[in-house]
Amino acid sequence: MDFTAVLAQIKPKLGCTADNLTLIEMQITKAREAGADLIVFPELAISGYFLKDLVPEVALRLDSAEILRLTELSCGISIVIGFVEESDDYHFYNSALYLEDGAIRHLHRKVYLPTYGLFDEQRYLARGESFRAFDTKFGRFGMLICEDMWHLSASYILAMDGATTLICLSSSPARGIEGDSPGSATAWQKLVSTTAMFLNCRVLYSNRVGYEDGVNFWGGSEYVAASGESIVRAPLLEEDVITARVTEGALRRERTISPLMRDENLFVTLQELRRIADKRCG
Amino acid sequence: MSALHANMELLRKLLVGFVRDEVGKVGISKVVLGLSGGIDSALVAFIAAEALGPENVHALCMPYKTSNPESEAHARLVATACGVNFSVLPITAMVDAYFDKFPDADNMRRGNKMARERMTILFDHSALLRALVLGTSNKTELLLGYGTLYGDMASALNPIGDIYKSQVWQLSAAMGIPAEVIEKQPSADLWAGQTDEEELGFSYRQVDELLYRMVDQRLTKLELVADGFESEFIDTIYAKIQNSHFKRRLPVIAKVSNRTIDRDFRYARDWGK
Repeated sequence: MDFTAVLAQIKPKLGCTADNLTLIEMQITKAREAGADLIVFPELAISGYFLKDLVPEVALRLDSAEILRLTELSCGISIVIGFVEESDDYHFYNSALYLEDGAIRHLHRKVYLPTYGLFDEQRYLARGESFRAFDTKFGRFGMLICEDMWHLSASYILAMDGATTLICLSSSPARGIEGDSPGSATAWQKLVSTTAMFLNCRVLYSNRVGYEDGVNFWGGSEYVAASGESIVRAPLLEEDVITARVTEGALRRERTISPLMRDENLFVTLQELRRIADKRCG
Repeated sequence: MSALHANMELLRKLLVGFVRDEVGKVGISKVVLGLSGGIDSALVAFIAAEALGPENVHALCMPYKTSNPESEAHARLVATACGVNFSVLPITAMVDAYFDKFPDADNMRRGNKMARERMTILFDHSALLRALVLGTSNKTELLLGYGTLYGDMASALNPIGDIYKSQVWQLSAAMGIPAEVIEKQPSADLWAGQTDEEELGFSYRQVDELLYRMVDQRLTKLELVADGFESEFIDTIYAKIQNSHFKRRLPVIAKVSNRTIDRDFRYARDWGK
């Protein structure tokens, strides 16, 4: 089914959930009024990124008033949002929700929490343990949160699970000043394009902007077609909202011309991964 | 090509955006900085003027009686070129009042006192003008510890602390800083004829090439030697970084509780901003 997706390249305030929710609700209303079917926010849009000891203070349960409010709003437009989730057993996850028709359609907990260079996520957050595709009104989707996408297996699993659209929520810091764009932006653009092309999947990539403690988030949110071509891309370093018209026809044509996923042999992959796992386990 | 080659347009955007964003989120619209007549503070003044509008930037030139008169002239030239507010506030009376009690003080003590005198004036102007103090130390100086702790190293925000001196030169040229300021010998200007490179014993371009490989690229000593750096030079610079590390950290706190500031009480500076 064809649909219109809005990528909200916002600048959340660090630790200010109420202010961020006001901004998020305003963007949802604007997108719905403009006739969009889906709006995608970045990773940790409700809380900001470098939370450290703020994690338990900004965490929201799935039955919290804030999440219930966003779920209600999804009656008018489907919503993808990143936040810190608090579970019943008091673990805190870097999570993404897919909200549709007043219900939670899917919850993804970030599996790969980077703890190198400027990152320190696994000190504060619990690790998710699955990648699952899920059905929406617009087809079968898979969600990834930032670092998840740098692990080829994550996108591969979602694609093998039938996802034809991958949504990546991101808070990617800018670093590297040698090229035309920040080095991290160039790397991400290659990654998103290559992933789309290899897996015959379209990708909706939503990255935030702004600075936290001198670290810049570079933006550049984009819709990349299954061919790997970037169809629409937001500017770097600036707040913006971009709209992508996503059509079934383009996906069907790409999958017909380049049937990589049809020919992908899940059983060879499984057999070899099992062999490697057995060997590692001794 | 030098390993320090950078895209100046991108760097300018990132640094201008940094000042605009980090100043604005505190609920303040102005900044204050010390303008020495040298290139580092000139670059910060240009970046701040572009970020906030020159009317929101206050530059103070704070000469001591032994400062080279050319420095004040260059500071004035820079302020005029970027349109920022400019005033001159000599520190001779305050510094001399103190050293009248310690007439035998050496150049290092005198230099540190001058740097700290300037710092107190800048932070007083921060309260006077409701303006944040911008730092002007570059990455080369910060890594080598070539600055005065709680003096010129003190600030609220430092736009150039992650770029090397060689990159300061490149960006200054790209932003149109007057050529005489870019081309002159870098100097702390504590006494007549002092130059950074003579005092350090090597050139900034030379040390930047090493620092970039050592710090940013994390090359091993063997790799650095293979790249043509002298073993003794590598050891000297490594020791300088190590021995000045205290200047780049908060004071060490004796831990006795379960939650100690900065060790297990951890929040971003931009908490709630």
